[in-house]
Amino acid sequence: MQNQAAFEISALQPALPPQQAVTLKVNGQEKTIKLAPWVSLLDALREYLQLTGTKKGCDHGQCGACTVLVNGKRINSCLTLAIMEEGNEIITIEGLAKGDELHPLQTAFIEHDAYQCGYCTPGQICSAVGLLAEGKAKTTADIKELMSGNICRCGAYTNIVSAIEEVIQKGGQAHE
Amino acid sequence: MNSFTYTRATTLETAVQDKASAELAKFIAGGTNLTDLMKVNVEGPNHLIDIRQLALKDITDNADGGLRLGALATNADTAYHEQVAKRYPLLAKAILAGASAQLRNMATNGGNILQRTRCYYFYDTATACNKREPGSGCAALSGFNRIHAILGASEHCIAVHPSDMAIALAALEANVNVTGQQGNRTIPFSDFHRLPGDAPHLDNTLQPDEIITSIDLPAKGFAQHHAYLKLRDRESYAFALVSVAAGLEMDGDTITEARIALGGVAHKPWRNREAEDLLTGKSATEENFKLAAAEIMREAKGYEHNSFKIELGKRAIMRALEQAVKMSNKPDSHFHRTSTEPV
Ligand SMILES: Cc1cc2nc3c(=O)[nH]c(=O)nc-3n(C[C@H](O)[C@H](O)[C@H](O)COP(=O)(O)OP(=O)(O)OC[C@H]3O[C@@H](n4cnc5c(N)ncnc54)[C@H](O)[C@@H]3O)c2cc1C
Ligand code: FES
Ligand code: FES
Repeated sequence: MQNQAAFEISALQPALPPQQAVTLKVNGQEKTIKLAPWVSLLDALREYLQLTGTKKGCDHGQCGACTVLVNGKRINSCLTLAIMEEGNEIITIEGLAKGDELHPLQTAFIEHDAYQCGYCTPGQICSAVGLLAEGKAKTTADIKELMSGNICRCGAYTNIVSAIEEVIQKGGQAHE
Repeated sequence: MNSFTYTRATTLETAVQDKASAELAKFIAGGTNLTDLMKVNVEGPNHLIDIRQLALKDITDNADGGLRLGALATNADTAYHEQVAKRYPLLAKAILAGASAQLRNMATNGGNILQRTRCYYFYDTATACNKREPGSGCAALSGFNRIHAILGASEHCIAVHPSDMAIALAALEANVNVTGQQGNRTIPFSDFHRLPGDAPHLDNTLQPDEIITSIDLPAKGFAQHHAYLKLRDRESYAFALVSVAAGLEMDGDTITEARIALGGVAHKPWRNREAEDLLTGKSATEENFKLAAAEIMREAKGYEHNSFKIELGKRAIMRALEQAVKMSNKPDSHFHRTSTEPV
């Protein structure tokens, strides 16, 4: 069967697949866009909705740069299709602040200098928002283990952990 | 990625029918494995049936004292479920040793046990792989085979099954419930995955028209004496080189029942009943553990880069058994390593 699948792929003409209307609810706003079913949620956010805060690192679930919240849970937006997320509540890094008031984790990341190049940061922060909501991190080691899905090429881990730790200590709740 | 159509299944019946009517159709659940493989053109469905709307997310008690895990319950919801954590901590630990928090939020129980191998050559369409393209050969045999099988492999395929969850399910002797056009059937976990033989393109015994509806855990959960030991190149967010799910029933110092399942070593979760029987009625000593480990690895065969797994496997078995006896595998923590510093 895999054989056949491979054959089908090579036999296909390079034509673009038909697009369809998909309504996504991102950061509280509903937007209808036309896209092909193969568009990942990550690409829909970045290329169709111009929400470029969410980053593409590996596109294979291996780095966490694309982390967003769907129905309050952190996920890798590169491994889900936009069309699969129709009807769900999507929150990206752009949706965390309330107006000019930053999310406590955003503030903590700035105060702790929890980044260098900043490329992994939106994913780290969204992941940390998910971590807080899950409420499973009781120790520093727990934070490290439960944040392991976010790779930082610059190695800002120490400060990332202390930023998250501070928010947990202050009883910082996840964004409602 | 090739072009495909997308639909959301609303009932089990329509999902099964829809799948059967299109030869290259695939179900999609969390999407964490399928989407990835579609991006590298290893999977090429022409029709995707999204099954996440089906009512298969619940975790419920079974009449026999066991627990039923819905096929669409996420790995995170399963591992953190109160009853799973309490009665089947071995399973909770195995799940939490796998992937990342984000992936576990997406991944489903059905999808987890159906995930495909992480063999580099399976992923690389420029190389030979009998699993991806039957008859093309196996590039891993003479290639970089550090992560590959040492038990139950064949000259056609030396890939390993990558799931952590499946290793615990093998030790717990779970049953997989499936529905197809012919109706329902239950597959004992040991018959679910298969060895490669001369048909490595078949990972398991699920038929093309069948959908997994749930996984049943028998009443016996080995909550008192168990361990999930996962050895890998980095401490988190990495697949196992070798993993061991151990469950023991003890009467004082005497082992009355032993279950040992290995991950990272074979095309399916690896169990050896003779080795488990060697421990039955014996006391929990290092010598006895050594005998069991030697029996499990008796027919192990290493390749150029993975022979280290034989000794590593033996030591891992012994350590997991010791941890299971002493319950030093962090009984009070979900995680596999010590975490004592409070936040
Ligand atoms: C970077 C990375 C690291 C990872 N690390 C680990 C690890 O350390 N340990 C580990 O165990 N796993 C690991 N994983 C794998 C992950 O656990 C699996 O991808 C996940 O469990 C698959 O579940 P899913 O619901 O997303 O499956 P999908 O991708 O949706 O589906 C997988 C397959 O199962 C089929 N399918 C799904 N549900 C059903 C059903 N109910 N009935 C019939 N067919 C069905 C689909 O058609 C598809 O063929 C990792 C993944 C990534 C990307
Ligand atoms: S871009 Fe999604 S995990 Fe790397
Ligand atoms: S700050 Fe550069 S990758 Fe993390």
